[in-house]
Amino acid sequence: MQLTSEEHTMLDGRQGAAVQKAMQIVTALGEIYGAEHLVPVASAQVSGVSFKNLGDAGLEFLEGWAVQGARVRVPAYMNPTGMDLQRWREMGLSAEFAQKQQRVVAALQAMGVELTCTCTPYLVGHVPRTGEHLAWSESSAVSYANSVLGARSNREGGPSALAAAITGRTAAYGLHLDANRQPTHLVEVRCPLRSEADYGALGYRVGRQVGDGVPYLRLQGQDVRADLPCQEHLMALGAAMAASGAVALYHVEGVTLEAAAVATSVASGEAPTSEVVTTNAGLVVATSVAPGEEPTTQVVPANTPTIVVYDLSAAYAALDSPLDQIDFVSLGCPHSTLADIARAAELLRGKRVQVTLWITTSRDVRERAEREGLVAPIEAAGGHVFADTCLVVAPMEELGFKAMATNSAKAAFYAPSHSGLQCRFGTLEQCIAAALSGHWPGPPSEGSARL
Amino acid sequence: MIQLRGRVIFRGKARGQALVSTAPIGFLGGVDPATGVVVELGHPLQGQCVAGRVLVFPTGKGSTVGSYTLYRLARSGLAPAAILNVRSEAIVAVGAIISGIPMLDQVDVSRIASGDTVEVDGDTVTIGRSGTQEKHEDTKAQRHKEIT
Repeated sequence: MQLTSEEHTMLDGRQGAAVQKAMQIVTALGEIYGAEHLVPVASAQVSGVSFKNLGDAGLEFLEGWAVQGARVRVPAYMNPTGMDLQRWREMGLSAEFAQKQQRVVAALQAMGVELTCTCTPYLVGHVPRTGEHLAWSESSAVSYANSVLGARSNREGGPSALAAAITGRTAAYGLHLDANRQPTHLVEVRCPLRSEADYGALGYRVGRQVGDGVPYLRLQGQDVRADLPCQEHLMALGAAMAASGAVALYHVEGVTLEAAAVATSVASGEAPTSEVVTTNAGLVVATSVAPGEEPTTQVVPANTPTIVVYDLSAAYAALDSPLDQIDFVSLGCPHSTLADIARAAELLRGKRVQVTLWITTSRDVRERAEREGLVAPIEAAGGHVFADTCLVVAPMEELGFKAMATNSAKAAFYAPSHSGLQCRFGTLEQCIAAALSGHWPGPPSEGSARL
Repeated sequence: MIQLRGRVIFRGKARGQALVSTAPIGFLGGVDPATGVVVELGHPLQGQCVAGRVLVFPTGKGSTVGSYTLYRLARSGLAPAAILNVRSEAIVAVGAIISGIPMLDQVDVSRIASGDTVEVDGDTVTIGRSGTQEKHEDTKAQRHKEIT
């Protein structure tokens, strides 16, 4: 692997032991994955923040690195922590957990990692530019940055994202390279997708099948012009594919950035004039749209595996247990957008929840929601809008809940094994109804019967 | 005495008795950080302690938090003396680097049997037979069993 002279000074210790350790991580990963050189990263997003997942070992490591003098040299954003940093008592967490969690946050802050505490930095002003190289680690954030924003990031681990922030570099392999951003699977979706839950169920289904591939989705059950997926739908889709599989990049025809470049290429006369370009050789799609570069078109070979999704009932059946009584409702995985909080506020206004309701989001979005009067009706109804955390990284097993309702396929996928919770999985509206009654609305199979 | 070459993931010098696994190792949940004992149910090394051994296995698996489990083992003096893999992946590689554990991959691990005395120095792995001839035969038999 070729290193610049600056990179050599990092690796040989001339910039200190903390930088050396970071560069050892970056270069070792480059060697393992066959990179020829490093690339500068515009930002890092650092997971492995919750004390639940780090344990004492991770805490000691982060504190040690901070004391050794590790400092980030590019903007670095913190993933959610195990608790709302201000209102952890209200969540029911122990002081012991809170104290350890605060130490993790303090160590990361000492290194210069920003206290964003979110899996959605792109919702709070940290929007990567198309073509930028990143070292992001939370899987749904990586998926969104690659797929919707056209930036370039592998799925980094917590320490490797931090190492990239400390050196300002990551190794050029995987999704940093054009060749690896081509679709590996075509996914023909023949059923309609009506809610974030449907998109999540689809993501669950596709992720299981394509693993770490790059699916190219054609949403054929939609009246596409009238019913394009919105931001929340794409967040749910990407998060689920990244959880049930290891999908870090997907394309949705006519929607996502690199897929949309097909239309650019069509309009400029570089490809045949039909909107969907299918030839004997396969499907023509654009894969490179770095700033200042012409989109390059690639032909997906005819033998590219094609998955046809006729309905989502099997995905719903896998994520949704037939529970009647619910004692915990969780929205906000990935972290809620302002629009989602507004939807929940509207449904809860003037009512009273019967069971614990968490809406989790970033602190920045929570503050905006508060200013717009959206938090008050939720909390007046007895719900909680927590910042900095989510149920995937909070120590749920300490809290004694048994039956959760969620609109997140990712949360429904992880909760049984990771938090010991059984799940109902459906729309935001169904989840709010469950919070208001303590029972899942409608017959157990409603989610799938709808389709 | 056999000499093997590998690719350096973390450069260092170490010596210890080999502990060979035919199955991948996931450190989070797979190895008890308080004792260094492999606790994954049904794992070929279940019940064996990795501390001070030259740990030989095909590749890593499992949660990325496993890097920190290796670090915790190292802090408690329970880490492997060195790690030899067929194919390295990010979790174990990062764990070895942050813990200062010498590590190589692309090593022909079929030449190493549990109980062999193994010395790692840079990219070179030297395998000596420290036990009696009888023990050597035992480990050879065991190796044969593991391969088949």
